Amino acid sequence: MNQAEKEAYLREYSILKNEGKPFFPYAVAKDAVMAAITIGVIIYLALMFGAELGPKADPTTTTYVPRPDWYFFFLFEVLRVMKNVPMFTPMATIGVPTICMILLFLLPFYDRSPERRIERRPIALAAGLATIFAIAFLTYSGANTGSPNSVDMKPPSSFTAEQVATFNAGKLVVGQSGCLACHTIGDNGNNGPGPPLTHIGSIRSAAAIASTLRNPTPPMPSFKGLAQQYPQKFQNLVNFLSELQ
Amino acid sequence: MPRLPAPPLPKILQPKPKRPGEERNGAGPVSPVEAGITVVDWIDERTSLSPALRWLLFRKVPRGINWFYTLGSATMFAFLSQAVTGVFLAMYYRPDASGGAYESVRYITDDAFLGQFVRAMHKWGASVMIILIFLHMARVFFFGAYKYPRELTWIIGVTLLILTLAMGFTGYLLPFDQRSYWATIVGVNINAGGPLIGPYLADFLRAGPEFGATTLSRFYAIHMLLIPGAIVALIGAHLYLVTKLGISAPPWLKVNAEPESDQSEV
Repeated sequence: MNQAEKEAYLREYSILKNEGKPFFPYAVAKDAVMAAITIGVIIYLALMFGAELGPKADPTTTTYVPRPDWYFFFLFEVLRVMKNVPMFTPMATIGVPTICMILLFLLPFYDRSPERRIERRPIALAAGLATIFAIAFLTYSGANTGSPNSVDMKPPSSFTAEQVATFNAGKLVVGQSGCLACHTIGDNGNNGPGPPLTHIGSIRSAAAIASTLRNPTPPMPSFKGLAQQYPQKFQNLVNFLSELQ
Repeated sequence: MPRLPAPPLPKILQPKPKRPGEERNGAGPVSPVEAGITVVDWIDERTSLSPALRWLLFRKVPRGINWFYTLGSATMFAFLSQAVTGVFLAMYYRPDASGGAYESVRYITDDAFLGQFVRAMHKWGASVMIILIFLHMARVFFFGAYKYPRELTWIIGVTLLILTLAMGFTGYLLPFDQRSYWATIVGVNINAGGPLIGPYLADFLRAGPEFGATTLSRFYAIHMLLIPGAIVALIGAHLYLVTKLGISAPPWLKVNAEPESDQSEV
């Protein structure tokens, strides 16, 4: 906007403002109705859905799914997609959410046209609708990503019946232990912070896997407790991981 | 009837001459009427707030203002609801990572009078506030209301959006159940992956390189002191600018083509 456009806007706005009604009580009345609706909706949601409290936080076992509140789903989904789809991986390192945030901050500085009617701002309209659809889609797909509690994998056909049994038993323990929050196994789980485990059996021996589970490098939690309380489960876990060739 | 001369009284006994401005008919001096002393006047005499209040309340808003324009104030009311319910939750909450935090939230949820209701209002109020703030931003975007002269209002608004999301993030840990604990660990790790300040921000949030005993009290302090203070201050600045610059007119409105009548009204 140049100086003339700025002055034209201010002149027109002051006329429109003078034609209007006082803020109190006209706008205040609408705001009050809206405030009452807002508080009403909050009370309704509180009475209908309440607030649950899950099991107590336990840093030693990760049997729980790390799920953010729903309004962070889109952010988590963006990061998941960027880390898991090779085409987008370089974008993850330069911080796409940070760039989006900066673009949002600087909006008035790169959109400087004096036009305010959305039907005459095609780029703004397209960008705005694209953002809304992107956030809605990412929130939806973030809400529907497979639970990190289950591993969707079939044992290789070359396995004997006994191997298939340990494979399936260990798969269950992996799901319950929340390994997929930080590791990928095949197409399951989040890539990072931990390394992918898809071929861990060909990299580490069963003994090395077991010792890593007992004394991991932080931030990975230790599974010493599991090994002491449920040695069979722990053994199944180790067997499953060493079968991932 | 001719009056006899008054006896020569000593000076102190003589009636005092009337002072200028005194009533002629002999009544006592008129006591100046004290202007209505109400609490409002008393405060206004000392603060001179009434011009500011008049400026705030009796300013004009452009014609054509519709319900979309209430989203901003609705967001603020959701924030006020969060503040009130948050104060009541803080009366019972203990930021003690070794079990006190979870136990205090369990007490609020199960035992305290209306505790679960207040906690649920706080939990769902967060979602409502985030929906409203996004709707408000969409309204401002599609109405082109962020353009001159309201650029700074927009920047403050985006800061408020980020602070509101940060409230959601820091508040999620406080119940200290499995879900909140592990989600926050993942969230902080994601923060650590951010560019430039990412690792420092993560260290600041964790109070060190590891999730430790002080992490919870740090999240608590950020959640109930640092960010709310910043939000209150920025809402003040946001409202000041909205009042000073005026509520943006709906973009489809045009000035009526009758400048004569406008002139005469002024």
